[in-house]
Amino acid sequence: MIEIRFHGRGGQGAVVASELLARAAVMNRLHAAAFPFFGVERRGAPVTAFCRIDLKPIRTHSEIYFPDYVVVLDPDLVSMTNVLQGLKPDGALLINSAKESCDLQHVKWNKVATVDATSIAIKYGLGSENSPIVNTAIIGAFSKICPQVPLESVIESILKASPGDKKANAEAAKEAFETVKGVW
Amino acid sequence: METYRDLPQSTYSLQTTESVRTGTWRTFRPIIDTKKCTRCYTCWKFCPDVSIEVREEGEYPRVDYDHCKGCGICANECPTGAIEMVREDSIC
Amino acid sequence: MLDLMTGNAAAAKAAMLARVEVIAAYPITPQTSISEKLAEMVANGEMNAKYIKVESEHSAMAALIGASYIGARTFTATSSQGLALMHEMLFWASGARRPIVMPVVSRALGPPWNIWTDHMDVMGERDTGWMQLFCENNQETLDLILMAYRVAEDKDIMLPAMIIEDGFILSHTFEKVDVPAIEEIDFYLHPFNPDVKVNFRKPRRYGSLVMPDWAMEFRYNNALAMEKAKKKWVEAGIAFKKAFGRDYSSLVELYRCEDADVALIVAGSAAGTAKVSADRMRERGRKVGVAKLRAFRPFPTEEVMRLGEGVRTIGVFDRSYTFAQGGAIYGEVRNALYPMASDVRVKGYIGGLGGRDITEAEFEKMFEDLLAIAKSGSMSKDVEWVALKDGSYRW
Repeated sequence: MIEIRFHGRGGQGAVVASELLARAAVMNRLHAAAFPFFGVERRGAPVTAFCRIDLKPIRTHSEIYFPDYVVVLDPDLVSMTNVLQGLKPDGALLINSAKESCDLQHVKWNKVATVDATSIAIKYGLGSENSPIVNTAIIGAFSKICPQVPLESVIESILKASPGDKKANAEAAKEAFETVKGVW
Repeated sequence: METYRDLPQSTYSLQTTESVRTGTWRTFRPIIDTKKCTRCYTCWKFCPDVSIEVREEGEYPRVDYDHCKGCGICANECPTGAIEMVREDSIC
Repeated sequence: MLDLMTGNAAAAKAAMLARVEVIAAYPITPQTSISEKLAEMVANGEMNAKYIKVESEHSAMAALIGASYIGARTFTATSSQGLALMHEMLFWASGARRPIVMPVVSRALGPPWNIWTDHMDVMGERDTGWMQLFCENNQETLDLILMAYRVAEDKDIMLPAMIIEDGFILSHTFEKVDVPAIEEIDFYLHPFNPDVKVNFRKPRRYGSLVMPDWAMEFRYNNALAMEKAKKKWVEAGIAFKKAFGRDYSSLVELYRCEDADVALIVAGSAAGTAKVSADRMRERGRKVGVAKLRAFRPFPTEEVMRLGEGVRTIGVFDRSYTFAQGGAIYGEVRNALYPMASDVRVKGYIGGLGGRDITEAEFEKMFEDLLAIAKSGSMSKDVEWVALKDGSYRW
């Protein structure tokens, strides 16, 4: 089983990111479950969301403590919260950042990939300039580091269930997939 | 009905409460004096048993003696004192 | 058709597939997205139903009792304090034999104020004469709502049903759900057509006074209907399996219990986690099983006794507390097993209150505890609160 944790801010689409990713896995004939951190959702406040992907039906209903992947939708969160908490020793980190992974000051980890999802979201008019919605770009980039969820499934999922302009979101995912940096 | 097997699943009566002649419960009977009545219909509004009838705007209210229980609220509320409560046994 | 949906989306979908005719609901976390989805489907014409906006849960239930008397198929949903506010009307619905189906998105009652899952809300309504069934996952939420109409509207039953999905853990979690086509459901679930209906041309009185000479017999008939419901749920499960392939033909689903030394009875979403935990224990050679309690009302006394005949050490995991001896399920299980009390040991575990996460590791501890009881033949405590911060628990 693969377990993924998303860090974002309320309104950035972390919960939708986990849902779209789970949907992509299901479209790829896998089993998946996605859920938000069960609590109060507030715009701008740090939020987490989770996703499980497996070959077998997913029966466990407990929370995720030791993820295989951590995905960070907002680079500022890295200095505010311990995004590495519980990440498995061989686990991987994907951060929305214009920087290369070696230039990230707060992150000391082996497998780190970065993608400039904010610029991509603005380019495709997702959300607004002040609050771009980066979730579809980030899961496009994620499909590059997670072989179980190919880009085709992610795009199929976005075209079926993404809020907003589905085509623009799919384009953003594709561009993020192509421009993700630091893949090991 | 002899056993629980004979009961319907839930309770209902074949008629409405109109079939229950609560007028027989009365000790005092309200009598409306049309000379004093101003047709303000305060009695109609207050009657808890829907036993004051006004079929048309402008007519004097009438008491439905089949259902009036003789509670006297109408007499108590009447602003002109047009309703008198009279003992049933003094009428017949 | 395979889809990915939350428990609440599955519940709303089930109402649509069942061709529900009257909905009355009042919002409360974590139920709200069910009533929102239904309002949306009624507004855009996906559902041909009357949506009654009410000022409270009490009014919602009152409205549905009236609608059900007309002969309409009725639906509402609630949680926690909202369910508690309905309490009076719940007796009304069951006493008047109205087959209303209501998902309850289980949530703790405050204070302490808490929006997360536990079963205190539904257990508080266990004696209202409603059928109560627990869902392990979102597929079961969809399926059990459809089955519930078939059982509830059966002329021998005519009792309302609560379908219980755990707040957030199911209600807000996206899971894979196989959604039948509405045409397939039409073959499984026929329109509601009760013998007694309100007829405006022939006015009658409903719910009228019954004197002490017959009131008890009415209550007895309620009790008989609940007893008969056991068989009807099994039959509805067999028919469902035939039509859709998924098996709900027992009130207690046994998982790896055949040769088990110990079994743990669990209801709701935690049953899935317990099964994963049992698999891990089995890998280590520990013979443990999970008995998933699907129905709490009617209570499957016979199935629990059959379990007790094969497995002599039984644990009961309760997401509720009765302020007496353990949780609500524990009380019923011990009661059912009392005739074989000298041979069977039953231990109660209280956990997951107020949304506390229950992990596979916690279930493994419970299984180890039960195995130790089975080995030694004695237990030091009848009831234990698991993962309680009492100074010994590491968190």
